[in-house]
Amino acid sequence: MAAEYGVGDCAAVFVIGSSGDVIWRQEQRGNGSIDAPGLCVPGLSRREFIAMTCAVSLAVAFGARASAQPAAGPAATVDIDLIVNGRPSRLSVDPRVTLLDALREHLQLTGSKKGCDHGQCGACTVHLDGRRVLSCLTLAATVQGKSVVTIEGLARGGELHPMQRAFIEHDGFQCGYCTAGQIMSAVALLGEPCGASDDEVRECLSGNICRCGAYPGIVAAVQSVRGQRS
Amino acid sequence: MVPFRYLAVADAPAAADAASTPGARYLAGGTTLVDLMKLDVERPAAVIDINAVPLARIERLPDGAVRVGALVRNSDMAHHELIRSAYPMLSQAILAGASVQVRNMATTAGNLLQRTRCYYFRDTAAACNKREPGSGCAALDGFNRIHAVLGVSEHCIATHPSDMCVPLAALDAVVRIHGPRGERAVPVTEFHLLPGEHPERESVLAPGELITAVDIPALPFATRSVYVKVRDRASYAFALASAAAALDLQDGTIAAARIAVGGVATKPWRLFDAERLLIGKPADRRSYRAAADAALAGAVPRAHNRFKIELAKRTIVRALERAGALG
Repeated sequence: MAAEYGVGDCAAVFVIGSSGDVIWRQEQRGNGSIDAPGLCVPGLSRREFIAMTCAVSLAVAFGARASAQPAAGPAATVDIDLIVNGRPSRLSVDPRVTLLDALREHLQLTGSKKGCDHGQCGACTVHLDGRRVLSCLTLAATVQGKSVVTIEGLARGGELHPMQRAFIEHDGFQCGYCTAGQIMSAVALLGEPCGASDDEVRECLSGNICRCGAYPGIVAAVQSVRGQRS
Repeated sequence: MVPFRYLAVADAPAAADAASTPGARYLAGGTTLVDLMKLDVERPAAVIDINAVPLARIERLPDGAVRVGALVRNSDMAHHELIRSAYPMLSQAILAGASVQVRNMATTAGNLLQRTRCYYFRDTAAACNKREPGSGCAALDGFNRIHAVLGVSEHCIATHPSDMCVPLAALDAVVRIHGPRGERAVPVTEFHLLPGEHPERESVLAPGELITAVDIPALPFATRSVYVKVRDRASYAFALASAAAALDLQDGTIAAARIAVGGVATKPWRLFDAERLLIGKPADRRSYRAAADAALAGAVPRAHNRFKIELAKRTIVRALERAGALG
């Protein structure tokens, strides 16, 4: 494929329309990366576009290296029954799949975010049997029979969870990437032995990093919901 | 992450049996193992999920000791009434480590066995005798600000990262182990190995052995105990220096002391000599400083971590002062 399109020795991204025509292409020789500023492809969502371009660029990259990388044999899959946001779900996944990837890639629940993917940022925080955990460091195979709640499971009948409303009211986010994890931690905190002061709230939420620095709004949101409850 | 065989087991004998196969690793909370598997630092052929093994209890033993099961989550241990009331420094140490999410996942045994945060250990492109025996140590002449000054060797200066293990060492806690040849018990102070010429060997645990519990002996004066942790940011960071201290005071004189330090040594570091120095001395800063000086007498700094020697001394003094001030 790479040879056919004359990009055998470089990284390239092609977007191919439903008629089979190349409707956009970009190639990069050397070590630079490819981006697509302002590209708008009719009929494609942003997520579909990103998924498609990633898939194509991976295909090209693998194509160029296919001879050097013998394919590993397929690992046995693990069958998992779990409850996600109150609904029974069944998955059959490679044992390497994390709970985060299972939620995002297999169950299309993309609210939980992949930040660092190493347990250092908290963007992937979900509730597992009622306790907040890092879904990026949890292998999906280990949640057999357990109950998972994600950010998508907080609202009730179209009504936002009080913590979600409080984050909006108190400006508890800017870019929004850490927000799902922040809110999942904040909701869990309501049932944890966390002290009353702002400092203690900061300590209890220290596992959720916000690089925009929305912390004052986040603490205010948490304290407002705790105030309503006490 | 390289492919592996996944197996969930329900009891200790099945776990130990499954783990006897070459390249097998136990999986409990996953906070260390899954992280390192993503980095290709850990490449297990088989992952034995032990989360269903019934080892998640905390109980008082007839002799007054407290037994904490290997799979008790760090959060549960820190907030348990038996731990909070009898061993405040242990509860404080656990709560000073990681984040709520990590503590909800991480287990007693996993914390004992957690791997170092040395940058070079985590980077498969760097030389590391712990990860790849014989490859050298990039930390010796690298950026070694976070590295150890106590218990180091010419082959490894990686710090043991645990907070929990520091008070456990001070409390004479004992690790209970199930293995192919039956049960055995090893004091926490003898459980971890110094790097020496074999930094890849980190504990006395043999293949097929499984930690089942940690027993913490009764120590009445441990109610007067404190954990002090110094780090680069206020929370969610590993210790640059930490100290666990318990004091037995009689009319302002020290009758007995327990001290251990973290963040500065290659294993949880009990200060036996400093404890002996304190006995019979007045409970004041001068005594504490003399003990701290003795504790760090053997320190071997590298280019960027010399500051840890004075920092550790002040951390020890602070912990002793706070413990001494408790009613």
